[in-house]
Amino acid sequence: MSAVRAFFRFWYDFVVGDDWRLALAAVAALGLTALAVEASLAGWWVAPIVVAGFLTLVVLRA
Amino acid sequence: MNTVVLVAATFVACAVEMVEALTIVLAVGITRGWHAVRLGIAVALVALAAIVAVLGPTLTLLPLDTLRLVIGFLLLAFGLQWLRKAILRAAGAIPMHDEEQIFREEMAEASSQGVARDAFDWYAFTLSFKGVFLEGLEVAFIVIAFGDTHHNLALGTIAAGAALVTVVIVGVVVHGPLSRVPENTLKFAVGLMLVAYGTFWGGESVGVEWPGSDLAILGLIGFYALTAACLVAVRRRRATSLAGT
Repeated sequence: MSAVRAFFRFWYDFVVGDDWRLALAAVAALGLTALAVEASLAGWWVAPIVVAGFLTLVVLRA
Repeated sequence: MNTVVLVAATFVACAVEMVEALTIVLAVGITRGWHAVRLGIAVALVALAAIVAVLGPTLTLLPLDTLRLVIGFLLLAFGLQWLRKAILRAAGAIPMHDEEQIFREEMAEASSQGVARDAFDWYAFTLSFKGVFLEGLEVAFIVIAFGDTHHNLALGTIAAGAALVTVVIVGVVVHGPLSRVPENTLKFAVGLMLVAYGTFWGGESVGVEWPGSDLAILGLIGFYALTAACLVAVRRRRATSLAGT
């Protein structure tokens, strides 16, 4: 395996790992929080709820 | 409070990864001799130190909010993987990480590979280098992430170094795989801390004002711990009811 492929493979395994939905959870949690803050809402509760929701989905369907 | 949690998270994460690396190193060293293995470990540690030394200060050049967004995302994605696996293991849905079995498999594999007499054992070198380097990369990331966002790279490095020394001393004394280390419990705890810090820093980077400021981290750890405990209970109950039918 070339060094470049090994580099990208490492980062894919590191960020995405066994379940891509958890990487999506991280993007969704921070993205939706940013939108809530932009809309002048107290967005602190958004990320924990989204993360817990995705984790529940992934664990119960595993 | 923040510093204590950061040091604890770095120490435990490093210890967990180093236990895995130690299993590989011991299996190869006992089977094939220690010369090439020692060299493999030394080269891997130098490479890891170079990565931390170069990447750590470079990342601090980024604006703090950008740094926190990137690191918050990575901690969330990485921590959620650890937490998912720890929950499924605690619920019995997937097998526990068995260091004894991995040790036996590594020894059998190492014994089956030949080496020319008086030649340098590249197989043992490569295996020990990969074991230490790949497990160490995750630790290096945690050290850089926690160190940079907390403006204290040295403290993270000291915590990781302390964990490394502890695991090596215990490994030399035991001279076998550290199968009695409660690895899943440690991974559970680190997973919770990574996800909590990822949420906190990621949130701060997009403009969230956390109630209670830094104390919100404890609230996040508690919330995620409760969620994880509920998920373990639900998975266990589901397994029990399936076994009963």
